[in-house]
Amino acid sequence: MTTDKATEQASDVHISFDNVVKSYDGSTQVVKDLNLDVNRGEFLTLLGPSGSGKTTCLMMLAGFESITSGTITIDGRAIQDILPHKRGIGMVFQNYALFPHLTVRKNLSFPLEVRGMSASERNSRVMRALELVQLEGLENRKPRNLSGGQQQRVAIARALVFEPEIVLMDEPLGALDRRLREEMQYEIRRIHQQLGVTMVYVTHDQQEAMVLSDRVAVFRDGRIEQIATPETLYEEPSRVFVSSFIGDNNVLYGEVREVQDNDICHVSIGPDRNVQALSVEETKPGEPVWVAIRPERVGIAKTENQYSNQFDAIVNDIVFMGDHLRINVDTCGVRNFIIKIPNLVGHGAVLPGDEIQVGWATLDCRALSMDSEKT
Amino acid sequence: MASTRSQNQEPSRLVPIGLALPLVAFVLVTFVIPLGTMVVQSAYDPQVAQALPKTLDLLRDWNDSALPSSDVFETIASELISSREDRSIGKVATRVNRIKSGSRSVFAKTARRLERVEDTDLKTAMIEIDDRWEDIELWRAIRSAGQKFTARHYLRSVDLEPAQDGGIQQVSEDQRIYNTLYFRTVYVSLAVTVLCFLIGYPIAYAIASVSDSWAKILLVIVLVPFWTSLLVRTTSWLVLLQNQGVVNDVLVWIGLVSDDSRLALVHNMTGTLIAMTHVLLPFMILPLYAVMRSIPPDYMRAAASLGANPIEGFVKVYFPQSLPGVSAGCLLVFILSLGYYITPALVGGTKGQLISNMIAYHIQTSLNWGLAAAISVILLIGVFVCYFIFDRWVGIDKLKLG
Repeated sequence: MTTDKATEQASDVHISFDNVVKSYDGSTQVVKDLNLDVNRGEFLTLLGPSGSGKTTCLMMLAGFESITSGTITIDGRAIQDILPHKRGIGMVFQNYALFPHLTVRKNLSFPLEVRGMSASERNSRVMRALELVQLEGLENRKPRNLSGGQQQRVAIARALVFEPEIVLMDEPLGALDRRLREEMQYEIRRIHQQLGVTMVYVTHDQQEAMVLSDRVAVFRDGRIEQIATPETLYEEPSRVFVSSFIGDNNVLYGEVREVQDNDICHVSIGPDRNVQALSVEETKPGEPVWVAIRPERVGIAKTENQYSNQFDAIVNDIVFMGDHLRINVDTCGVRNFIIKIPNLVGHGAVLPGDEIQVGWATLDCRALSMDSEKT
Repeated sequence: MASTRSQNQEPSRLVPIGLALPLVAFVLVTFVIPLGTMVVQSAYDPQVAQALPKTLDLLRDWNDSALPSSDVFETIASELISSREDRSIGKVATRVNRIKSGSRSVFAKTARRLERVEDTDLKTAMIEIDDRWEDIELWRAIRSAGQKFTARHYLRSVDLEPAQDGGIQQVSEDQRIYNTLYFRTVYVSLAVTVLCFLIGYPIAYAIASVSDSWAKILLVIVLVPFWTSLLVRTTSWLVLLQNQGVVNDVLVWIGLVSDDSRLALVHNMTGTLIAMTHVLLPFMILPLYAVMRSIPPDYMRAAASLGANPIEGFVKVYFPQSLPGVSAGCLLVFILSLGYYITPALVGGTKGQLISNMIAYHIQTSLNWGLAAAISVILLIGVFVCYFIFDRWVGIDKLKLG
C-alpha cells in the first residue's frame, strides 16, 4: 500500500537535494554529496545517530545553515538565495522555541501578524490550529504554564497555523517521556494525514521513524546509507549499519563459500559451521560478508533439521518483556546472540544453562557485503 | 520518617550558620553600624544640650518675645565658662551659627572675657562684651540648637527651615541649593542610564552573538577599563576633553571646529555625562550579556521560520527576552549614578556637581555631619524607592548579573 502511494507521487518532487555538501571548516564534510528527493505530501524521516548530518540537512533546508556546494530546490526553484523568513517553511524545534513572553494565542498569531492578516482572520486560524492539536481553552496561558506535551502541541500548531506547504521537525519529541512520546507520534501521524503537507522529520529514534514515516533516509557520517519505506528498511536492509540501526539484529561474520543461481549463498562462519543466506548484493566465493538475522526470526528447534540453519546453543539469560521473551544465548561462536520468542502458551520453557538448538530459515538471513562498511 | 530526617539534618544545618557568623559580625560592624550611626546623626545632636543644660532648662519657660531674665544670663555665663574649659564651646558656637549665621564668635569671645568680669550684673556685662546678646534671635537660635532630636538637618537638606511661628518655610533664595542638586542628580543619572543602554546594548549583543573565543576577547576589552583605577580613568578624560585636549585638537584639525571656538567638553555637565557613562558602562554590559547569552538562538530561528524578518524578530522576540538584563543594567547604573562622587568632582566643574559632592563637602569641609547624614538618608530612601519600583515592575528575582 505504501509502495503504491510512493510510486504514485514519484513524479511530483517537492524538495530536492542535489550534490549537497556542507563543511564548517573547509576540510571535514558534515554532509557529503547528498542527493535526496522528497515528494509532495510525503512524510520523510532523516534517521541516524548524532553527528550523522541529518540536522544539518534540515537546517540547510530551513535556511539556518549555508550550503557549501550543491543546490537545494523547492518546486524546482533553488533556495540558497532566499532568506529564511521568506521560505515559508514551518518548523518545530527540538526545545519547541515557544516565545516565553507571549501567550499561546500570541505565539500562534505571531506568523499571522507578520504576514499582516486581519485580527478576525488571525483569530479563526489560531482557533482552528488549536483545535487541530486539541488544545482548545489554553490560548491565554504562557508556555511555562503548560506541560511538556502541551508545549509540544503548541509548537506543532504554531508551525502549521500559517499553512506552510513544508513542515520540518527537528527531534521534536526528544524531551518527552516515553508514553507521551508514543502518544505524540500517533498525533503527528494523524495531523500529517489530515493536512497532507510535506514533512521532513529528524530523529535518532528508529521506532519513531517507523511509526511516522512514508520513507526513512538512514544517515551515517554525512551520507544516506539507505532510503526506503520502513518495511523495506526492516525486511531488506542493504547494509549492516541499517540492519542493526533499524530494530535489533544478530550479525555473524563469515566468508562466502558458494553462490547459487537463486541468490542463495553458503557462508562459512567457523570450523564446520555453514549458514545458508540470501545474498543481497552480488558476491563471489572467498569474499568476507556479514550475515544478519532478526531475533524474532530465530526459533528454538524442537527436532533435528527443523531449520535450514540450525546450531547448538547455550542459554545465558532470559528476560521477560511482556509480549515476548528475550533469550540471550551463546551460539555459532558468538556471545549474546538474541532470540525473541512470542509470549504464547507453551512457548517451551528454557532455563539459563540449558543446552538447546536454535535455527532460522534461509530467507530470514541476509548476507551483506562488507565494502564501505567500517563497523 | 520525615521527623527523623529533619532531626538528622539539624546539626548539619548549624554548621553553615556557625561558619557564617564571623561574616555576619563583619557585615554588622562595617555596614549596619555605620549606616545606623549615620541615620542617628542626621536627627540626633546632643552637643549643645550637653554643654548648656541649665540654660536650656530655663529657656524652656522663656516667652521668646523679650530678652531672657538675668537668671538666664547668669546661668549661661557660668556654663559658657565651664564649656570653655572642657573645650566644647566651639561645637556650641558652630551649631548656633548654623541656625543664625554670624554668631560664631560671640561665644568664645564672651566666655574669654567673662572670666575677668567681677561685676554681679552679668546681663549688662555680657551685653557690654558683645551687643549680640541683646538680640532675641540669638537666644532663639540657642534654644533651637539645644534640641537633642531635630528635623532641622532634614528640612535643610530639602531647602526648608523652621519658621518663627513654629511652621516651616523655604530658606532664602540665595541658600537654596539642594533641591536643584537632587533634580540634577536624577537627571544626570537618567541621562547616564540611557546613554549606557544605547551604547551597551549593541556591545552586549555583539559579545553574546560571536563565538566563545571572540566573546572572551571582547569581554576583556570591556573589563580592562573596569580594572584600572577609577581616578586614572577619570583624569584621562580630563586630558582628552580639555580645551587643548585630544578631542578638541582632532576636531580643529579636521576643521569641524575653528581654533578660537573650541568646545567646552569638561568642567561642565558634558564632561560629567561623558566620563560617568564611560565609567558605568560595564555595569550595563555585564548583566545584559549574561541575559543575552542565555537566550537560545532557536528563538530567532523560530521567528524567522514563522516569517518574521530579522528586525521584526529582534523587536518582537529577542528584545522582550533581554528585558531582565535591560532592567538589571539600568537599575544598577541608575543607582550607582545617584551616589556618584569622584567623577563629577574631577570633571564636573561647578555645573556638573551632584548631590554626593555636597555630602562630601559637608563631611570634609563644613563639618556639618548631621546635614551630610540627612542628605545621605534622603539619597538612600531614593535608592530604596527605585528598588521597590523595580521589584514591583520586573521582580528582583529576575535580576541577573552574570
